[in-house]
Amino acid sequence: MTPVSTITANEMVAAPIQTGYWTRSRKVGVGLVAAGVLAAVVFGALATSQTARFTLSEDAQGAALAIDGTVGAILFGLIAAAAGAAMFTDRWFPWLLGVGIVCFVLSFLCWQISDAPAGQNFMPLVNIVRGTFLLAVPLIFGALAGVLCERSGVVNVAIEGQLLMGAFAGALVGTMAGNVWVGLVAAALGGAFISLLLAVFTIRYLVDQVVMGIVLNLLALGLTGFLYERLMQTNQAKYNQPPHFGNWEIPLLKDIPVLGPALFRSNLFLYLALILVLVIHIALFRTRWGLRTRSVGEHPTAADTLGVRVLGLRYRNVLLAGVVAGIGGASYTLLLYSFTKNMIGGKGFIALAALIFGRWSPTGALLAALFFGFADQLGVYLGAINSIIPSQFLAMLPYLATILAVAGLVGRVRAPAADGKPYIKG
Amino acid sequence: MEPGEIHALLGENGAGKSTLMNVLYGLLQPDEGEILVNDKPVQIRSPRDAINVGIGMVHQHFMLVPVFTVAENVMLGAEKVRGGIAGFLDHRRARREVEEVSTRYGLRVDPDAVVEDLPVGIQQRVEIVKALTREVDLLILDEPTAVLTPQETDELLAVMRSLKESGKSIVFITHKLGEVKAIADRITVIRRGRTVGTATPDASRDELAALMVGRSVSLTVTKVAKEPGAPVLQVEGLVVQDERGHQAVAGVDLEVRAGEVLGVAGVQGNGQTELVEAIMGLRPTLAGTVTLDGQRIDGWTTKRVLRAGVGYVPEDRSVDGLVKEFTVAENLVLDIYDQPPFGSRGVLRPDEIAKSAKERIAQFDVRTSSHESAVGTLSGGNQQKVIVAREMSRPLKLFIAAQPTRGVDVGSIEFIHSRIVHERDVNTAVLLVSSELDEVIGLADRIAVMYRGRILAIVPPDTPREEIGLLMAGVVNEQGMSEVGHE
Repeated sequence: MTPVSTITANEMVAAPIQTGYWTRSRKVGVGLVAAGVLAAVVFGALATSQTARFTLSEDAQGAALAIDGTVGAILFGLIAAAAGAAMFTDRWFPWLLGVGIVCFVLSFLCWQISDAPAGQNFMPLVNIVRGTFLLAVPLIFGALAGVLCERSGVVNVAIEGQLLMGAFAGALVGTMAGNVWVGLVAAALGGAFISLLLAVFTIRYLVDQVVMGIVLNLLALGLTGFLYERLMQTNQAKYNQPPHFGNWEIPLLKDIPVLGPALFRSNLFLYLALILVLVIHIALFRTRWGLRTRSVGEHPTAADTLGVRVLGLRYRNVLLAGVVAGIGGASYTLLLYSFTKNMIGGKGFIALAALIFGRWSPTGALLAALFFGFADQLGVYLGAINSIIPSQFLAMLPYLATILAVAGLVGRVRAPAADGKPYIKG
Repeated sequence: MEPGEIHALLGENGAGKSTLMNVLYGLLQPDEGEILVNDKPVQIRSPRDAINVGIGMVHQHFMLVPVFTVAENVMLGAEKVRGGIAGFLDHRRARREVEEVSTRYGLRVDPDAVVEDLPVGIQQRVEIVKALTREVDLLILDEPTAVLTPQETDELLAVMRSLKESGKSIVFITHKLGEVKAIADRITVIRRGRTVGTATPDASRDELAALMVGRSVSLTVTKVAKEPGAPVLQVEGLVVQDERGHQAVAGVDLEVRAGEVLGVAGVQGNGQTELVEAIMGLRPTLAGTVTLDGQRIDGWTTKRVLRAGVGYVPEDRSVDGLVKEFTVAENLVLDIYDQPPFGSRGVLRPDEIAKSAKERIAQFDVRTSSHESAVGTLSGGNQQKVIVAREMSRPLKLFIAAQPTRGVDVGSIEFIHSRIVHERDVNTAVLLVSSELDEVIGLADRIAVMYRGRILAIVPPDTPREEIGLLMAGVVNEQGMSEVGHE
């Protein structure tokens, strides 16, 4: 026999992957350099020489980072550009991207704060952090509902409807019972009700999951709107004056500088959201339930051949998602307000965006929700200092970020393989 | 079934082998009859029941979650957990179990490897390990060799022998006669859902084939030697990407001459699909040229390529070859529906379409109740004949057939093979892509072996199977290395 030589394992793997010079890191790097330079030039030119102060408190007092507006805008712009340039080394991509984006935002803020009316040239970080988290709360609940559903292979477009039904049920039952906890349970059941419809129609009757989700959103909107007008508006005191949860301070943690006052003198919903992220993350990746959930979302036939009950698991997860989203909805009516028509106002869809932006992982969803919450909070802040930037621009950010995420600019976004596909046995 | 026996279940595509085994494994429910395990009747309502009575199955399409590790796949459904009802996964125990089973039966796998990164042969090993950790006594292997190279097949047969020695019984489903004769203790032949006979491995190939098909068949393709003409298709330095952006075709040169069959052999997934799709204009090319009769056709639309005289049988007939809901007649004119006499000025002529359909149904022996039946209701073989009929109805310079007999009954295979040889005899250039090595050897005048996006060698069809098998596994001799190495 002629002497033979096998192509080694390394060659086999290396051969088909030839990405060339323009890796993702380098492409994004170019964009970041451009954005950084642009920020330095434009924001630098627009900023005034007044001092921009980032205070570590709730007002203008206390320790602060202070920098001349023009200097700050140019400096941070250049740091962002430098981070972009460093991406050409093809290393530390997530870190450099983080630094770049933060510095770009700081450059922008230096301009805005220095340009604010006299006496308002400061940004209270405690307020900003607190606002970011509070605005992110419904998004976190909504996105977690998405994670629970979609990891088991059922697309959840009905997050908006689940949140809305939760808010409504929480307000109605909470008022009638005069008890916040009863309201909370009702909210969870309200969300689960929408989920039940989603589960029955998509899993049992194989209706297209996206279509069903949209229909359920409209159903929730119509149903709560009708009952609101007929029931709640005519008799507010009896049906729509829900009791509210107060703020609970957490010992020790509340004394941490900045984070303490911002996060740990807060309400049940924020604590619950953060705990749920942790719990679901661990459950999904470390437990039997999580392994089975993911297997059903990736390859239901394989799971079935190993004795995993695919449909049962999907039912359970979809219902659980409804409970989570329902509680998220209650954060509207059992915390600050009473129920109003369409009070979720599209937050459910931003939660869906956070789910995708966070790549279907609980911690990713948390980060995405915080990012969107920050954009929201920034809009509030800029409004307060009479900025010339319309707040609607910031409201676009979540959607813009999601488009970029789905287009693959921040890494490969891969949904669970069987997401959206009904499972038919045999 | 006896303990420690390898029982081969032989039958054509669609004979009912897989259905029978799916019933045994609880994926389908029987309408009548009973199953006996150790002389006791059992009810198998789900795969879990099957596992409980000691039946395990390795499916034709692997039942592995691609993004999970080997250990996770093996423990799924029978997880090793700790921490009570919380059920935390115990990865260490799972890993140890995989290692234990794999050393005991000589099935080497890395428990921490992610399944989607593993070659098909190893994935199959994972499947077997998965069944063995469930302590099954009876292992069903459904067409296990379809995706393997000849060497991997030999390894599998060795594994089966060692399992047999340790007292496991194996049902080995296949339609490949050679493998059956090599390993089986007993053979049951199934045809159209009935047991038509049992045999021992000393039965001749022709006897088994006749039993399988119900009449005597010629297993070898008869063709006369022929001097090929001028080059028709020339591919030079072709580079094509797959969906994930990997170079599926990494610089292929080949030439198909008039009146010859160039067979492309290779294990599935080595760039054959992308090569053919690039030639057809279904997939963009990154570099290189495709020339048809001296004319560059890369960058052309598929329609233009077809009109230039190319016939094309795609590898996945139900997705790319036919519109399943359309009638046979409509499917027969999908390529030329907009040309007279079938249509003009945007209006179809149903009478002409029906007339031509009836003619071609007769000519190509398509077994259908009517030309107006939906094509999806036909058997695989007849669906394939509809495609062949359509593609051979135009004047052709080049005929490309990708996996033309996959999932097709023996009768139809004979017919399709004879049509391919006929095209060659009337001086058409034929490019045949198949993962069935026997088919390539039987039909081709020259065989190009494709591995990881490259043509490793072009050899004559009388080359020993082992040599081609080694090439399919990427092993090249010293002389060949100078051609493909160092890129």
